[in-house]
Amino acid sequence: METRFWLYAGAALLLLFTSVALFAPLVSPYDPLQQNLEQDLITHSAQHLLGTDKLGRDMLSRIIFGARISLLVGASTVALSLLIGVGVGSLSGYAGGIADLLCMRLIDILMAFPGILLAIAFSAVLGPGLDHVIVALALIGWTGYARLVRGEILSLRERDFVSAARALGCRPQRIIVLHLLPNLLPPIAIQATFGLAAAIVAEGSLSFLGLGVAPPTPSWGSMLNEGRQFLLVAPHLTTYPGIALMLTVFALNLLGDALQDRLGIQTAKRR
Amino acid sequence: MKRYLLYRLALLLPTLFGVLTLVFLFIHLTPGDPVDIMLGETASPADRQELRQILGLNQPLPEQYRSFLINFLRGDLGQSLYEGRSVAAMVRARYPATLELALCAMSTALVISFPLAIWSAVRCGRWSDRATLIFSLLGLSIPNFWLGPLVMIIFSIQLGWLPVSGRGGPDHLILPALTLGLGMTALLIRILRANLLRVLGEDYVQTARAKGLSERSVWLKHTLRNALLSLVTIVSLQFGSLLAGSLITETIFSWPGIGRLTMQAIEMRDYPLVQGCVLAIALSYVFLNFITDLIYRWVDPRITYGN
Repeated sequence: METRFWLYAGAALLLLFTSVALFAPLVSPYDPLQQNLEQDLITHSAQHLLGTDKLGRDMLSRIIFGARISLLVGASTVALSLLIGVGVGSLSGYAGGIADLLCMRLIDILMAFPGILLAIAFSAVLGPGLDHVIVALALIGWTGYARLVRGEILSLRERDFVSAARALGCRPQRIIVLHLLPNLLPPIAIQATFGLAAAIVAEGSLSFLGLGVAPPTPSWGSMLNEGRQFLLVAPHLTTYPGIALMLTVFALNLLGDALQDRLGIQTAKRR
Repeated sequence: MKRYLLYRLALLLPTLFGVLTLVFLFIHLTPGDPVDIMLGETASPADRQELRQILGLNQPLPEQYRSFLINFLRGDLGQSLYEGRSVAAMVRARYPATLELALCAMSTALVISFPLAIWSAVRCGRWSDRATLIFSLLGLSIPNFWLGPLVMIIFSIQLGWLPVSGRGGPDHLILPALTLGLGMTALLIRILRANLLRVLGEDYVQTARAKGLSERSVWLKHTLRNALLSLVTIVSLQFGSLLAGSLITETIFSWPGIGRLTMQAIEMRDYPLVQGCVLAIALSYVFLNFITDLIYRWVDPRITYGN
């Protein structure tokens, strides 16, 4: 009962942010790039509910469009990480032998770096930009999925239904895609939910450090970085984007936790 | 244990080699010419040639890699392009500040998380347990690049209780340590609470209670000791993450550690310095993982790692 409540609460919050991001041009009161130097650094007013930044741009509109960037980077990173991670993990787990050894050593080396350090290093050499951020984050994000998929496939590949498919002459690709991967969906869904939260925070960190999305594109991390220079006179510049970021990550963590409770138990029962 | 130590050392070598290779490739396989990136496209050919020579980029890649490995073994990480000083010396000078901050953040996390996790486990299912869980989930959701400016606004600017930035007395440490340690605090609460609840359901705890031991004895001698075993490894693994997390916290609070040095090197495009800093943090992380594995085996001798 309680798990269901948290599941719905997380899903509802996430749905709200996703809808806002998708319909940003419709719900946003102003163009997020529109400058008005006569109305800079307003804390709040009837025209600008969350105030304006140093160039007089509407904060609410920038936060709404920032949601787009955060969710876009998060979703793209998770999709790319999944593509690489599931591919490498399946190959490693099913084929075994030298392929498994090489893949695992590569993963060990990548996991020997703290994630954020590797993302910062990748972004520093690739330069700022939306696509570079996604590539940098996916290059560190796929290892977790690969380990998960490999471990699950190792435990499933000797099961009767896989032996039966093999005896019927199914090719390895068919066995992996049609028989093994559907069994991995619950743990992958749980990890992807936490991965989305982690990718959103990582994008924010990179943008905050000036290595992520390039200005003037609104991103929560870069808005926080810009606002840091005006902490004394305009604390709202850091407060609102931070709250938006925290609530999005909180919703994803809530959802991930609830999914873990529900799907984890279901998976355990099935086995 | 000796055999295990040798086995882990043997596993450590390829990882170290891989880390060194990856850090080398960061700089040398970067899209575009690093000299163009550092000097800009308007630099004269003579300047380019000079920098190319300083960085050793005029040599073939395998030769550069060989020199990199030999220099690394000698403790030579090259020269900073902007300061002209030895990168190894610069990293050594900044490392204690980062270590101090990470240790302080870890202590803060342990001091806050232990009582909260125990309280939460004792009162499992009640409102206080739920409140602690929500607090820990919120703690995991607050990014430190927001928490830093937030605590700065409240405690330094509005209340004026603590210094805004820099390294000095113990009061300078409070806000950066709190910012860096919050995520770890939240994580430790969740893990320790889950461990405590798991151990409380174990047969030996039920047996201890059935024997008539006092609740205090059951908790101190049986539950806490066993729940803390696995926490040792989490704490040491998380300490490595704190070193990496210092990149953001040190930037926010102008803390003169290796994280801030890395960001300054990136801003100045001082690639030998970036390489040295990344290598120092990554090697610390690898070393901590190695120590963690040994501790793991030491605290729980039942653990084996295949053959």
